[in-house]
Amino acid sequence: MMTKTLFIDPGRCIGCQACVAACRECDSHRGRTMIHLDYVDEGHSTAAMPTVCMHCQDPIAPCAQVCPADAIPVGPDGIVHNAAKERCIGCGNCVYACPFGVPKLDLSEMLQYKCDMCYDRTSRGFSTMCATVCPTGAIFYGSYEELLADRPHARASDIFGFGDALIQTGCAVVVPAGRDRSSVPGGWS
Amino acid sequence: MKRGRKKQPQEAPGIGDFRQVGADTAAGWSTHEKDERLVATHCCFCGVQCGMYLRVAPDGRVFGVEPRDHDINKLKLCPKGVTAYQQVNHPDRLTHPLMRESRDEPLRPVSWDEALDRIVSEINRIQDSYGRDAFAIYSGSSMTTEKTYLIGKFARVALGTANIDYNGRLCMVSAAAGNKKAFGIDRAANPWSDMFETDVILVAGSNVGECFPVMTQYFWGARDRGAKLITVDPRETALARTADIHVGLRPGTDAAFFNGVLHVIERDGLIDEGFIAERTVDWEEVRTMVRTYTPEKTGEVCGIEPALIEAVGRVWGEADKAMAFHARGIEHHIQGVGNVLTVINLVLATGQIGAPGKGYGTITGQGNGQGGREHGQKCDQLPGARAIDDPEARAYIAKVWGIDESELPGKGMSAVELIHAAEAGEIKGLIGLCNNPLVSMPNADRIRRGYDALDFHCQLDFFLSETAERADVVLPVTAWAEDEGVTANAEGRIVKHNKATEPLPGVRTDWWIVCELARRLGRHADKFAFDSPREIFDELRVASKGGPADYHGVTYERIEETGGIFWPCPDEDHPGTPRLFEDRFYYPDGKARFTAVEWAPPAEEVGDEFPMRLTTGRTVAHYLSGNQTRRIGALVQQTPRPWVEVHPSLGFVNGDAVRVVTRRGEVTYPALVVTTIRPDTVFVPYHWASPVAANELTVDDLDPTSKIPEFKVCACRLEPGVEITETPSPPVEAGKTPYSDAFGRDDDTRPPSVPQGRGTAQG
Repeated sequence: MMTKTLFIDPGRCIGCQACVAACRECDSHRGRTMIHLDYVDEGHSTAAMPTVCMHCQDPIAPCAQVCPADAIPVGPDGIVHNAAKERCIGCGNCVYACPFGVPKLDLSEMLQYKCDMCYDRTSRGFSTMCATVCPTGAIFYGSYEELLADRPHARASDIFGFGDALIQTGCAVVVPAGRDRSSVPGGWS
Repeated sequence: MKRGRKKQPQEAPGIGDFRQVGADTAAGWSTHEKDERLVATHCCFCGVQCGMYLRVAPDGRVFGVEPRDHDINKLKLCPKGVTAYQQVNHPDRLTHPLMRESRDEPLRPVSWDEALDRIVSEINRIQDSYGRDAFAIYSGSSMTTEKTYLIGKFARVALGTANIDYNGRLCMVSAAAGNKKAFGIDRAANPWSDMFETDVILVAGSNVGECFPVMTQYFWGARDRGAKLITVDPRETALARTADIHVGLRPGTDAAFFNGVLHVIERDGLIDEGFIAERTVDWEEVRTMVRTYTPEKTGEVCGIEPALIEAVGRVWGEADKAMAFHARGIEHHIQGVGNVLTVINLVLATGQIGAPGKGYGTITGQGNGQGGREHGQKCDQLPGARAIDDPEARAYIAKVWGIDESELPGKGMSAVELIHAAEAGEIKGLIGLCNNPLVSMPNADRIRRGYDALDFHCQLDFFLSETAERADVVLPVTAWAEDEGVTANAEGRIVKHNKATEPLPGVRTDWWIVCELARRLGRHADKFAFDSPREIFDELRVASKGGPADYHGVTYERIEETGGIFWPCPDEDHPGTPRLFEDRFYYPDGKARFTAVEWAPPAEEVGDEFPMRLTTGRTVAHYLSGNQTRRIGALVQQTPRPWVEVHPSLGFVNGDAVRVVTRRGEVTYPALVVTTIRPDTVFVPYHWASPVAANELTVDDLDPTSKIPEFKVCACRLEPGVEITETPSPPVEAGKTPYSDAFGRDDDTRPPSVPQGRGTAQG
């Protein structure tokens, strides 16, 4: 994972959508949210989970790799950026390639939009907007050490298993105790 | 289970910079909008009163929000807080007075002079014909304390009416009455930061994750440090989902439950005999009474396993430090005050109050629910939380106001009683401000009859609420960002709202209107010569001096220099009082009172005709009557309409039309089928207007002491519905399209994904 990054802790999420509302406030994409908020067990639970761009590291950024217009830059800091508007052709390849369902295509503009970890803020040392407002700390911005200082019992994983394929990401999720050496959702160790 | 080895808070991990990893986003931040200003203020919505910065463009327009690292919220905001600024330049805003000669005519724009003259002549006509008390004020607590103080003074001094009350009567007034009875003072006992030092937190009747989202960080922070969480609610809310113990009791059985828990604690010798002997009176009566509340008997009343009562008794009783919180879930009952007292009995019997990590508090719902109930807009109260029937208090306030004590009216009618009295023809004229009772009061049909029976009704608001829409005169007032003044949050911490922008053209602030009415009425006009909120606040400080809610030492400057000041604060050298009851309670003998409360059934018991229990409450995207939040795009998209929440065992499928029928009315909602609610209970959120208002269904019986309505339980039945009742758009002036329709409000009939709203994938 990256040094300072986003940790998603679904156990703390109350599903309020403050992150969604805050993301819409960004000056670069006002009125449009880059964060997805899913209610994961409708009918049986109030559980919820936000999805941000995980900034895949290995393999690096499948969305960028499949982009025929080479529109999605990946920075040396590991940030996988938005598709550059002057290059994006709206083909939707990135949408299909993303293992987490993060990029979305605006069909009226034929342009891709996705979370870039509030690059305007984080590149200058500020926290992302979603992590800043999150009332519960379900979205946390900082280093792993800072997370542990705040929540001594938290453990996180940055390995996700999709069948036999494993993806190591720049962001991480907080996992149940003892599962931080497994892939998410589990099964591989 | 003593936990003496627990680390002291200053050594505990994370305390020093709780949730502050990263940086203060506001300091040094710059944006595309050059030369913007950030104005430090607080949110206009709930009782948490989160700090925020409003972004102000060079032309003075409020156009956005930035998180603010205030002591209360540590940068956090909920979806309502993030979008609150969108009200300020909202296209639905009222910008000129509206008036009509009779209710059959449409409202038409008029000048301020014309509107104010009409109000003055109606006040004079009604009071000359029917007596001074026939003209009433119905006020609210979502405005600054300066305004709540001034309106109380206006009613007593300028109108000379006894009949003024406020919408806290629909909110936490049972807690206020219970706190006064037990402790001699009405305020939450601890700052929330005490939670980081506690071992057990009990939350009864509060959907914290939805009603006070930003407060959740204190609960999770406490759990990070090892605290156990107990929740008591008929629904498994977002807070209850991961609680150590969740008690899903039957609505209307809270007093039985807490007596049962105290039974276990007393039986097992877990009470604090020393605390009881030194700091309380009247324990023996409670001890005798709770002995009859065996877990078996209590479990049967509450519809829960006796083992749950044993478990809660054990966890609370064995805790070194414990804190209890409650909100409307136990307060909105005809036994609301009694329910509150049963929680307090538990706290007192175990000595869990008056020390770090040991405490108790109600979680006040409205932004200024605490401050709004302190300075004299309650029907039985004078500034400083003084009793209106206390001769000493009357003499002092009469002196501060410069009137003769005999001119000061006595106790008036409470909120719901006022509107019922209008129906009966006793109240002829009414000025309403900062409320929307046609959505928020119980048994809406009767409330409509009350308002329709008024000779004259004037309503102040910044949007045309459902209540304003029926008034004779509507005055457009400022939104919170257009004025300044203080509020007190649910902790009893006084904070200050700062003015970010000039009012929209044509709009006046509530306090200007009140002063101008006094001037035109010509009754003690010199007592209302205020030019700013600061002048009103300075008078309030003197008026509250020596009372229980003593603000004398609080100044605007001191509030800005600190993270807010907790009252009582008697003089400018006093640091304020974050934690109450460390040495004494507020009775002359310094001791707290136990009160034995026998459980009594709700006003409406279930039977063959109405076999289910209906309970009402909030959802996270909306606030109170929804007059504000039903107009904000993001919030409408998250939760566009109300629903009825039912258990799958009732046989309905998600989205089915379900008709909810009570003795008062019926509404057809889409079903949200969930296993997180009791099978014998259904839930409807209350933020929407008739014909889908939850209050078309609710019962209007009142607690005899607090006069709070029993919003949280009545008897209903469910029937398969035909057509789902359509959700109306929020009212706007004639000729305008409601903004929520213009941006494409989705008025389809689906329920939300879960109680918190629609997931972003659901669209």
